[in-house]
Amino acid sequence: MSEANKQPSAEPMILLQGLNKWYGQFHVLKDINLSVQPGERIVLCGPSGSGKSTTIRCINRLEEHQQGRIVVDGTELTHDLKHIEAVRREVGMVFQHFNLFPHLTVLQNCTLAPMWVRKMPKRQAEEIAMHFLERVRIPEQAHKYPGQLSGGQQQRVAIARALCMKPKIMLFDEPTSALDPEMVKEVLDTMIGLAEDGMTMLCVTHEMGFARTVANRVIFMDKGEIVEQNEPNAFFTNPQNERTKLFLSQIIH
Amino acid sequence: MQTTANVPRPGGSVWTDPKARAWLFQILAVIAVVALGWFLFDNTQTNLEKRGITSGFSFLNNSAGFGIAQHLIDYDESNSYGRVFVVGLLNTLLVSVIGIVLATLLGFLLGVARLSPNWLISKLATVYIETFRNIPPLLQIFFWYFAVMLSLPGPRQSMGVGEAFFLNSRGLYMPAPSPTDSFGLFAGAVVVAIIGVVLLSRWSKARFEATGQLFPVSLGAIPLLIGLPGLAILLGGNPLQWSVPELTGFNFRGGWVLIPELMALTLALTIYTAAFIAENVRSGIMAVNHGQTEAARSLGLPAGKTLRLVIIPQALRVIIPPLTSQYLNLAKNSSLAAGIGYPDMVSLFAGTVLNQTGQAIEVIAITMSVYLAISISISMLMNWYNKRIALIER
Amino acid sequence: MQTHTFKPDLPPPALSVGVVGWLRANLFSSWFNTLLTLFAAYLVWLMLPPLIQWAFIDADWTGTTRADCTSGGACWVFVQQRFGQFMYGFYPSELRWRVDLTLWLAVIGAAPLFVPQMPRKAMYGLAFLVVYPLLAFWLLHGGFFGLSTVSTSQWGGLMLTLVIAAVGIAGALPLGILLALGRRSDMPAIRVICVTFIEFWRGVPLITVLFMSSVMLPLFLPEGLSFDKLMRALIGVILFQSAYIAEVVRGGLQAIPKGQYEAAAAMGLGYWRMMGLVILPQALKLVIPGIVNTFIALFKDTSLVIIIGLFDLLNSIKQATTDPAWLGMATEGYVFAALIFWIFCFGMSRYSQHLERKLDTGHKR
Repeated sequence: MSEANKQPSAEPMILLQGLNKWYGQFHVLKDINLSVQPGERIVLCGPSGSGKSTTIRCINRLEEHQQGRIVVDGTELTHDLKHIEAVRREVGMVFQHFNLFPHLTVLQNCTLAPMWVRKMPKRQAEEIAMHFLERVRIPEQAHKYPGQLSGGQQQRVAIARALCMKPKIMLFDEPTSALDPEMVKEVLDTMIGLAEDGMTMLCVTHEMGFARTVANRVIFMDKGEIVEQNEPNAFFTNPQNERTKLFLSQIIH
Repeated sequence: MQTTANVPRPGGSVWTDPKARAWLFQILAVIAVVALGWFLFDNTQTNLEKRGITSGFSFLNNSAGFGIAQHLIDYDESNSYGRVFVVGLLNTLLVSVIGIVLATLLGFLLGVARLSPNWLISKLATVYIETFRNIPPLLQIFFWYFAVMLSLPGPRQSMGVGEAFFLNSRGLYMPAPSPTDSFGLFAGAVVVAIIGVVLLSRWSKARFEATGQLFPVSLGAIPLLIGLPGLAILLGGNPLQWSVPELTGFNFRGGWVLIPELMALTLALTIYTAAFIAENVRSGIMAVNHGQTEAARSLGLPAGKTLRLVIIPQALRVIIPPLTSQYLNLAKNSSLAAGIGYPDMVSLFAGTVLNQTGQAIEVIAITMSVYLAISISISMLMNWYNKRIALIER
Repeated sequence: MQTHTFKPDLPPPALSVGVVGWLRANLFSSWFNTLLTLFAAYLVWLMLPPLIQWAFIDADWTGTTRADCTSGGACWVFVQQRFGQFMYGFYPSELRWRVDLTLWLAVIGAAPLFVPQMPRKAMYGLAFLVVYPLLAFWLLHGGFFGLSTVSTSQWGGLMLTLVIAAVGIAGALPLGILLALGRRSDMPAIRVICVTFIEFWRGVPLITVLFMSSVMLPLFLPEGLSFDKLMRALIGVILFQSAYIAEVVRGGLQAIPKGQYEAAAAMGLGYWRMMGLVILPQALKLVIPGIVNTFIALFKDTSLVIIIGLFDLLNSIKQATTDPAWLGMATEGYVFAALIFWIFCFGMSRYSQHLERKLDTGHKR
C-alpha cells in the first residue's frame, strides 16, 4: 500500500457499507453498515449463526462478500490480490482454535510472517518476536513446539504471532471459547493490556465482563443483521431491543 | 479356566498362577513351532534324497547356458547361475527405480489435480484413479504387452520420431551416447556448476536471514548450469558421441533399446501405483487443517508461500509413510514381470534357474531373502524417519 | 422496548449462482483455471470420441467367427463366443448349473446379513459360514450324495477367481485374528512368533509365495500326501493374506480404548471371554472397511495364479487370445477382463467407503 492513497486519520479505520453476503442461496449478512474509528474497541455478540464471525472474517477477506464496500485503513477490498494482501498485512487475527503451525517452534511461528512478508532480517524478526512473547508473558517457551503448550499459552502465542506483524487492527474470533475455564483469564488479561495500548480491536466474544471493561461499543447481531449497538454500560443495563434483552438474559446468569 | 473360583494357595499350582500359565503356554508354543519345523525339515530331507537332489549353494557356480534379453552388466550363456541372479536383481531394481520415479511424479500431479477447484480437472483425476486402481496390475501388464506393444508395427514399418527414435514391436530404439576425449572437461564443468549452485543457494539463505532480501537462486543457477558446460563444449568440442540406431536388414543396429517387456512393465506399474499415490497425496493435503491456511493467509502470506512454508511441510509428514509402502508394493509388483517374460529376478531365478537346476529350496530362499531384506531395511528407515519428523506434543 | 423487524432474505446476485455462477466458480474463476479447463476439455475430446467409436459405433456384436468382424472396431463376437469359457473354464457345460446354483445360494444366503434390522445377525452369519462352504464344495466338486465329480483341474474362468478369493478370505480371517491377538499378547514368545510370521509374509511378493507353494510344498509333506494344484495355491494365498488381515485387525484392537479392557477384566472375564465377548466384537466392526479393502487386494491378486498354471478369468482370456482362430483379439479380451475386475473391485470399494462413513462418528473438517 503506497502512502499516497492513504486517507487522513479522521477517516474510519474500518468502513463497512451495505455489506451483503450469501453462502449459496443462504443470505448470511444483510446490509451491514459499520464504521470503526482508530483506537476504537468493539465487541460483537449474538447467538451462533448470527453472522458475527463472518463479518470479521470479511474484514481480512477470509470470506468474500458479494455486495457492498469494505474499506480498511484507506484500502478497499476488491478482487485485486495486491489490495487483499496489503490489508492482511495491517490486520492481525486470532482464531478460536489458535491455528498455530504445529511443525514450527513458538519463535518460528512468530518470525515466519515478518521474515517472508515484511522482508525483515532474521535477527530483527527474532528480537521483535521475543519482545511480544515477553509481553504475553511466555518468553521461556520460545523454543518449544505448540503441541507442548497449554491452550491458554497457545492462544497467547497466537496473539504474539499476530502482533509481530505490527498490525493496526486486531480481529479476535471467539478467542476464549475453546479454552478451559481456568485459562480464560490469562488470555483476556493479555487482550486488556493490548486495549490499554490503544490498539483498534474487533472482538467476537461472549465474555461480557471483558466487554464491560474494555469495549467502547458493543454490537448485537442476529440473523445476519446488526440489531443494536451502544456503549457497554447502556447496552447491558438498558437494552433497547427485545431480542437483545432475551439474548442477554440467556447468557448472563 | 475357573481361576477366579479357586483361592490361590501359597506356592500355587501351575494351573492357577497366571504367570506360570503364561510360561507354560509359551513353552508349548515354542515346542510346537520347533516340532513343525523339524517335521518339515525331516520330510524335505527324505524327499530330496528320494529325488537325488543334493542341497547346497554350489549350483550357483555352474554355467547357466541360456541367454538373457536385457542385462545391465556383461553377460553371456557361459556365465554362472550366480551371475544370472545378479543380472535379474539389477533388472528388478531398474524397473523399480524407473517405476518409482515416474509413479511419484504422476501420482503427485493427479493427487493435486483431484483437489483442484477446477471441476473438470478434479473429475478427470477421479476417473483415472478409480479406473486404474481397480484393475489388477497383472492384467494391465498383459494389456500393455500383448495388446499394445506386440501389435506395434515390425521394424521395417517403425514409427520414428526424427531420425533418432524408433518404436516398433521389438522395442524403443534411441541414440546411445558414448564419451569422447573432451568428456572429462565437460563433466568437470558440470560438477563445478553444481557446486556453484549449492554455494549460491547457501549464500542466498544467509543473506535472506541477515537482511530479509530474497535472491532468486534460479536467476544465478540457470546461467551457471547452462553457461559452464556450454563453455566446456565450445572449448573442447562435443563431449558425447551419439550412436544412432539404423535399420539394417530386418532389425535396427546401434543405439540403445528399451525392450517391449520393460516398457509394458514400467508403464503398467507406473499407471497402477500412481493411482494409489494420488490418493495418499490427496488425503495428506486434506489432513492439514483448513485453519492452517486461514492463519497463514491472515498473516499476509501469499498463496504460494502458504503452500510452501505451511501446508506442504505438514502434508509430507502424512504422505511419506504410506508413500514408502507404495514404493515397496511397486518393487514387489515388479515380480509380475514373470507373466510377460521380462528378465527380472523372479522370472529368471525363481523361474528359469529353478526349472533347470531343481534346487527349489535354495532358489526360493534366496529370492525371498532379497525381498525381505528390501522390506525390512525400508521399514527400518521409515521408523527412523517417523520418529524424526513426528510433531512434538506433550 | 423496540422490536427489530428483520429484513427479508434476498436471492444472491445472479452472477454467483445458477449455471453461470457454477461455471464461473468451478471452471473459469481465473485465467489459469480457464486454461486448465480448456486443456482438460481437449484431453477428453482427444480420448473419448475414438474410444466410443471403437467400442460401440464401429464394433461388431453378432456373428460366430472372426470373419464376421468387418467394421474395423471392437470385435465383441470373440467375447460372446468364448463367454462360457471365460465364466466357467473347462467345467462341463451340462453341469454348469451347479456353479450357478452355488452362486445363487451365496447371494440368497448372504442377503440377510446386509439387512440392518436383521435380528441375531452374528449367529446367522456364523451358521452361514459353517454350512455354506460344505454345501459349496459338494455342489462344485461333487463326488458324493449323487453328484458326479468335477475335478479342480476343470475349474476355471471367473468361477475359479471367485473360489480362490472367497476361500482365501474365509481361511485368512480366523488365522489373521489369531495372529493379531498374538501380536498384542503380553507373552514375549508368542509375540515374537506372530511378528515373525506376519512380517515374513508381508515382506515377500505373492508370486514368490505361489512359486513356493507349488514347488516347495510337495517337498515339505510326508511321502504319499499330496495336494492338487488349486489346493496348493489356496494354502499359499491363505498364509499370505492372513498376515495382511492380522495387521488390519491389530489396527482395530489398538483403537479400542483401554477402559474397555479394564472394564472387562474388572468383571472377572478371562482372556478368551474378554476378547470374544467384549473386545473383538467391537474391534472387528471397526475394521470391516479395512477387511473389505484387503479383500479387494486379494481379488486382484488372484490373477497371479496364472504363474502356476491355473486357469482363472485372466488366464482363460489370455489362452483364448492365443487361439489361431481368434488372433489379434488381445485388446477386446483384456478390455473385457478389465471390465469384469473393475466392476467387482469398484463395487466393493464403494461399499467399504459407505461403511467407513457409516462407522465414522468423529467430526472432521
